[in-house]
Amino acid sequence: MNEHLTTEPVTLPTTRPPGCPFDPPVALAPLREEQPLRPMRYPDGHVGWLATGHAVIRAILADSRFSSRPDLLHLPTARQAFDGPLPPVPPGMFNNLDAPDHTRYRSLLTGKFTVRRMRQLTARVEEVTAEHLDAMERKGPDADLVTAYAQPIPALLICELLGAPYADRDFFLEHTATFNDQNATAEQQMTSFSAIGGFLHDLVLAKRAAPTDDLLSDLTGSDLTDEELTNVGLLLLGAGLDTTANMIALGTFALLTNPDQIDLLRADPDRAVEELLRYLSIAHTGARSALEDVELNGRLIRAGDTVTFSVEAANRDPAKFPNPDVLDLGRHATGHVAFGHGIHQCLGQQLARVEMRVALPTLFERYPTLQLAVAPEDVPLRTEVDILGVQRLPVTWQEVAR
Amino acid sequence: MRVVVDRDPCVGAGMWVLTAPEVFDQDTEDGRVVLLDATPTAGHASTRDAAPACPSGAVTVTG
Repeated sequence: MNEHLTTEPVTLPTTRPPGCPFDPPVALAPLREEQPLRPMRYPDGHVGWLATGHAVIRAILADSRFSSRPDLLHLPTARQAFDGPLPPVPPGMFNNLDAPDHTRYRSLLTGKFTVRRMRQLTARVEEVTAEHLDAMERKGPDADLVTAYAQPIPALLICELLGAPYADRDFFLEHTATFNDQNATAEQQMTSFSAIGGFLHDLVLAKRAAPTDDLLSDLTGSDLTDEELTNVGLLLLGAGLDTTANMIALGTFALLTNPDQIDLLRADPDRAVEELLRYLSIAHTGARSALEDVELNGRLIRAGDTVTFSVEAANRDPAKFPNPDVLDLGRHATGHVAFGHGIHQCLGQQLARVEMRVALPTLFERYPTLQLAVAPEDVPLRTEVDILGVQRLPVTWQEVAR
Repeated sequence: MRVVVDRDPCVGAGMWVLTAPEVFDQDTEDGRVVLLDATPTAGHASTRDAAPACPSGAVTVTG
């Protein structure tokens, strides 16, 4: 092992620069430039690792010697610190499983989320988007873009994909909004989580009894148990709602504060969406644990060590992306790790892309005078959570005769 | 240029369809990579991008 490498452990930087709502914690960049993989002290006293470089993070995420099981992890932040290890993974929560357990679930789902299938949803995404833009206009000329637009669009789409009856959608939207509300009490969030779990369990039983044309019905033909199916449904919801909703809301905020970029969004929405994914990196941090000793970047990672990886540091690595702190919707941002990398790379990424490439340009097309209704520094951010975003995005526009 | 795909590690992320749709397709049933053209004569730059874009090392491009 190299003698010149730092052995003094750091802690995970979490302080975000005031007045820069889209930037990672300031201390990450110097750590990355110095050593993209270095020792880190965890809140429970464990000395593991912090990965901040794009190349080393891709190597870790593609390496099956690193596990995704939470019961093997030391948690990187005190906010999440528990006294003991996390419980074993419930059946069906395949994002927290390694191969071959993960493979069994993922291979059942991969064919349901292909590029072609998701692009076939484009017309439906356009319809849902137009309905919400109409509703905004009726109530306008101002709105909270989070509740009026960013949250309901992905919620309705995932509802339809899973096959939830139309009549249940208000119930479903209400509870998912509470569960994802940073200001809700823990009790309110647990109540909503249980309500969603119960809702999905009932839905699984209903689809088994009378299958319709949707994802849950399709999966009742597999060997998954009711409990596994319910948890797969919960996972797809959890992964598909808050993420896309925050990309739409935070993406709009970024565009409103960088208005020179809006023409580039119109010119090439596919390219623009990739850059927004890179620049915003809303799923900002993750962790893996080593199942055996691994040599990487001249370091020896011991079996049992936790490695925390900073997605936002990787996506701002100048070795991969020149001028990484500049939002440039004309850049070729492919290769970012906003959806992760390796076998756990986001299953729903093609759905998210379709939703964003419709929802973002259509919003600015319909409301060319869209602007923030408050000063940028008064937009309440979501930073104390796993997924970055805004709590509310007050916007306004000039009404035009139609 | 020679393109080789290994369907075994493929997780169906679909990056190759986005990068080089004339060379790769996605199986409609299992979502995994399907090779349309093992020796493409055009579009070499985008085909070369497909290997690092793949999250699971299922695509190899040589030459």
